Formats: sequence, C-alpha cells, structure tokens
Amino acid sequence: MRAGSLAAALLALSSGAVLLAAAVALWRRTARGIVRALRFQGVALAATALVLGVDLRIKLMLVTALLMIAVKVVAIPILLSRIVWLDPSSAETDPVVNVPASLVTAVVLSLVAFYATRPLVHAVAGVPVTLAPFGLATVLIGFFVLVARRRVVAQMVGLLLVDNGIALAALLLTTGVPLLVELGGTLDVLLVVVVLRVLATRLHVELGALELDRLAELHD
Amino acid sequence: MLASLILALPVFSALTVLVTRWRRFTPWIGVGADAAVLVVGLMAALHEVRSPALLGMAGVLRVDALSGFMVVVIGAVSVLASWGSVRYLRHEVVTNACSARQALHYSVLIQLFVASMLLAVSAANIGVMWVAVEATTITTTFLVGHRRSRAALEASWKYLVICSVGIALAFLGTVVLYLAAQHAGGNATQALEWTWLSAHARSFDPAVVRTAIGLLVLGYGAKVGLVPLHSWLPDAHSQAPAPVSALMSGVLLSVALYALLRFKAIAVMSVGEHFVRTLFIVLALATLILASLLLVTQRDLKRAFAYSSTEHMGLMALAVAAGGPLAISGVLLHMLGHGLAKGVLFLATGEVVAVDGTSDIEATSGLFARRPALGGAVALGLAAILGFPPFSLFVSELTMIRGEIAVHLVWAVALSLAALALAFAALATHARRLLMEEGRDLVLAQPTPASAMVPLVVGLSLCAFIGVSTWPLGPVLSAAARLAVS
Repeated sequence: MRAGSLAAALLALSSGAVLLAAAVALWRRTARGIVRALRFQGVALAATALVLGVDLRIKLMLVTALLMIAVKVVAIPILLSRIVWLDPSSAETDPVVNVPASLVTAVVLSLVAFYATRPLVHAVAGVPVTLAPFGLATVLIGFFVLVARRRVVAQMVGLLLVDNGIALAALLLTTGVPLLVELGGTLDVLLVVVVLRVLATRLHVELGALELDRLAELHD
Repeated sequence: MLASLILALPVFSALTVLVTRWRRFTPWIGVGADAAVLVVGLMAALHEVRSPALLGMAGVLRVDALSGFMVVVIGAVSVLASWGSVRYLRHEVVTNACSARQALHYSVLIQLFVASMLLAVSAANIGVMWVAVEATTITTTFLVGHRRSRAALEASWKYLVICSVGIALAFLGTVVLYLAAQHAGGNATQALEWTWLSAHARSFDPAVVRTAIGLLVLGYGAKVGLVPLHSWLPDAHSQAPAPVSALMSGVLLSVALYALLRFKAIAVMSVGEHFVRTLFIVLALATLILASLLLVTQRDLKRAFAYSSTEHMGLMALAVAAGGPLAISGVLLHMLGHGLAKGVLFLATGEVVAVDGTSDIEATSGLFARRPALGGAVALGLAAILGFPPFSLFVSELTMIRGEIAVHLVWAVALSLAALALAFAALATHARRLLMEEGRDLVLAQPTPASAMVPLVVGLSLCAFIGVSTWPLGPVLSAAARLAVS
C-alpha cells in the first residue's frame, strides 16, 4: 500500500472512524445512543478489514470483515439493547466524570496513544502500522469508560471499546492474525457479552436495577 | 496419543455427566477423571524427561517436560477439588441450597474448567493457549456465581469484567509478538508456535518485543493476581464454592504464571535480561507488599486465604524475575506445594462454612475445641502455607530465595522477606483466633466425618511427601526448569 493512494486514504478514514465512534460513545448520555455509536464502530472496523483485504488481496480478511459485521454490528448491539429494554432506568448513564471533562480526557488519552506507539511505528514499515495509534487510543478510552461509568450497560460498552480498539490494532499491525486466533478473539467477545447479559439478568432479579454503584457488598 | 488423552478425560467426563443426568454418584465421575489425568500426566511427564515432547491432536498439543509437570499440578489439585465437590454438592442438594439441575451444571462446568486449564498448559501455539485461558474465565464465572447470592453475582461480574480486560491486553500482546515473529521470517503458523518462537527469538526486533511483553505481563498478570488488575481475586475466591476456590487458587493462578514463565524466556532472548527482570520485579514486589498489608486487616477466612494466594503469587513472580534453573525449579515445586496446601485449606474452610454457616473468623473461633480433627487439618494446612517443614513449601521457598541471591537480587529478596514476615504474622494471628478461643464456655468436641477428612489428609500427606522426597518428580522438575530458562 502506497502512502497517498486511495486505499491508504480509505484506510485512514475507516480506522479514524473507529476512534471517532469511541468519542461519540463517551459523549452520548443515553444507553441507546451509546449502543448506536458502538454499532457504527463495528461498521468502521469491518470497513477497515475490507479495505485491507481488497488492497492487499488477502481473502481471509473478507471473512474477518463478515465475522465482524455478524458479531459487532448485529449480535452484540441486539444483546445490549435487550438489557436496556430489561431495565428502562439504565437509559441514563449517570457518569462519574461529566461529559466535557470526559472528552478532554479522550483527547489526552489519544495523545498518549500516539506517543506510546512510536517505537512500534518506527520499527515496522508500512501505511497500516502508522494508523495503529487509533486502535490504542480506542483501548484507552474504553478503560476510561470502565473506570468512570458505573451503569451495567456502560461497563459492557467500556469492555467492548477496549476489545474493538484491540481488534483494530491487531488488523493494522499484522494485517490479519491466523483465522483460528481471529475467530477465537471475535467469538470470545460475543461469549463474554452473552455471559454478562445472563449475569445482568440475575442481578436485575436480585437488585431491581442494573446499577453497579449498588454493588458495594464486597470491599476490604 | 497420551497428550490427547489428557485433554479427552475431563471433556469425556463432562459429557458423561451431561448424558447420565444428576445421580448420587455423579460427582464421583469427575474425581475418577481427574485422578486419571494425574496418572496419565505423571506418565507423560516421566516419558518426556528422556525423549522429545509428545504431540497430539494434529500438532495442536505439545506436551514437553514443563507442560507435563503443569498437568501433574492440575491433576493433583483437581482430584482434591472434585473430591471436595462430592460433599459440597451433597450438602447443597440436601439442604435445598441448589437444585439438582444446578448441581449438574456445576459438575459439568468444573470438568470443563479443568479441561481448559489442561489445554492452556499443553497448547503448542500461543493463540490456542490464549483461547484456553479465556475459556477458564468463562467457565469459572458461572462457578463463582453458583450460589446466586447478591455478593456472588457481584463477584462474578467483577471477575469477568477485569479478567476480560486482562485477556484483551494479552491478545494484543500476542498479536504484537506475532508481528515480531512475522518480521523475523515466521509464517502464519510458525509465528505463533512456542518452539519456533524460542528458537528464533534472538532475531526479533527488541522494540516490538518490549511492547509485547509489557502487554502480556499486564494481561496474563490479571489472571495471576498481579497488580494492577488484581482486585477481582479476593472477591471471586471468597464468593465461589470452596472446591472452586481451591481450584482457582491452587492451579488457575499458576496456569497463568506458566504462560508468563514461557513468554519471559522468549522476551529475554530478544530484549535482554535487564528490562524483563525489572518489569517482573516491580510487579512482583508491588503484589507481595500489597497482599501482605491487606492480609492483616481481613476478617473473613476465605478472603484471608485469597490474599495469601496473591502473596504466594508475588513470591513466585519474583523468582520468575530471577530466572535461572534453580529459581525456576523452586517456582515449579512451589506451584505444586501451594496448590495442595491451599486446596486443603479451602476445602477445610468449606467444611467450616457447612457447620457454622459463615467463614467469618470471629464467628468460627474455637474450631480446635469444637472439631478437633478439622481444626487439626486446618492447623497443618496453615503450617504448610507458612512454610514449615516437612511440607514442600519450606523447600521451595528456600530454593527460590537461593535462586534470587544467585543472580544478586539482594534488595528484592530483603523486601520480599520483610513482606513475608508481615504476612506470616498476620496469618498466624488469624489462625490463633480461628483455632483457639479463651472466652467461650466448654463445648462438646464433635467428630468430623471421615468423608470430609480423607481428601484433607491425602492433600497434606502429598504436600509433606514432596517436601521430603522428590521421587518421582525430581528429573521432571529439572528438565522442566531447563525448558523455562532461555
């Protein structure tokens, strides 16, 4: 892939969109809005895989793109919406850190990501690798959501942001890990979300509301 | 053949349980399968001392001496845990604390949990190992939440979220290491294989490997219980049923440490000893000191044992940092001894909970007077964990410290000994409160049923036996330690 070619531009666009979606997830207050941002992120990830697959002629990348659409665009958002439906009060995300402060944090985290990936970008040549910071920035924003948001849905979203960021970084760094590992990684996320949903349902029965703040029984 | 058999045994027993539905003898199927794993694992481990590794399942499995030793550790502790599960499940079903359906789920999940740990240690490929470690998280999440109480659900939620973040970091670390291997000329399958990685690690780009090992240590470190992703451990251990805690504390943590052991050997070849050692020392000491401090304030027996496990993991991670055959053989022996002793302690705590309805240290005090046999087993288990001879933890701790001194980690050893002394004092104080009680009126001593005592006695005797004699594991230990040293 040549720097400045159409494929390189498309790749930059789609991987940038992954980070943008993370910022949107941080900015939206409603669970519904966050789930929509996540779906958009899934589309952007699949597009990244598609551009890489077409440009570098790697057929397996098309399988990866399809897998990402099935899991990250269709299955996981449906599972998340069910939880929102299960507990209408989860619609307000109730952040510990307010939205403007969160967005500023996201900018700082993105800068950190660009700084932290410098050794990798220097060590490995190629256009895709220069975009890897987008992946790490998404991972860091995901961590931030995990720490700063207490609602059950928001916690799941934080986890998914971490995972999508890692999927993007993996795509860009290696232009595709072997399919077995790829399958393991993607299906694993689905499995984790399914299990979390089961736990959320049980918690709903126990607590009535899906709020992790109320889960304060365990501490030292 | 032998390698595939190891994995097939627990999977097959899980399927048998599923097909035959819940019966009185159902939990015994697991005991049988795990005992068979132990025997086959021993055979495999002894076989590998003299010959190359066993392969299985079209090259997906590769059992060398190190994997073989880990299979023995998993087999030994899971026999104890599934033996303890027999009484636990019977008690739960009889008291209507869980339905026959839930008991069935428990029996299936615990065998799948054992199977995924066995896959993790015998995988030839770091991708497959990653999938297996993730599978341990999924299976144990339901086991931790088995009681379905509010606290148990909270613990399993926390466990799943933190360990998923950890495992996601480990995935990125795996991918970055794959990138390094790819650029050193490995093709898609080679670049993920342990043997290829350790044969070619010298030509990997150090900058890339440095990023990879950082991510891997953080990621798998979450499952070991290392700082900073350690906070799930005391919650999960205190809420899980006792046999599950025994299995998690006794082997799951060690299985994750096994992954770090192998990754460290590879990273050292590329980036040199200094960077990797510093990384491990910092995390190990932070974990050790934090766990020892928190051990002092615990009021719950299971939480105290959980922090004691974190502390032992810190000790082992420090010896991993030292590297060298001596320190590593100490680590491996410590895995086995700690697994057995902690397994016994958690199972005994399960009995205490069944009798007193709580694991609060104050509420269960005077155990020695009320239940002499059970109290005796707890006292011996504590002696083992605290490192008294003849139990093997005495030997392994000394070996680890000798290995650390041999590479001049004097400051780290001094700090670790201070933390160790604090943990010793804390645990001994808890033990005195649990076992002895002055204020309470004379109570009638009650016998403990033999079915509860036998697994405890077996575990303690094994722990003492390997402390006195290394037969038949001696050659396996040295062969395994050589494999983990770059």
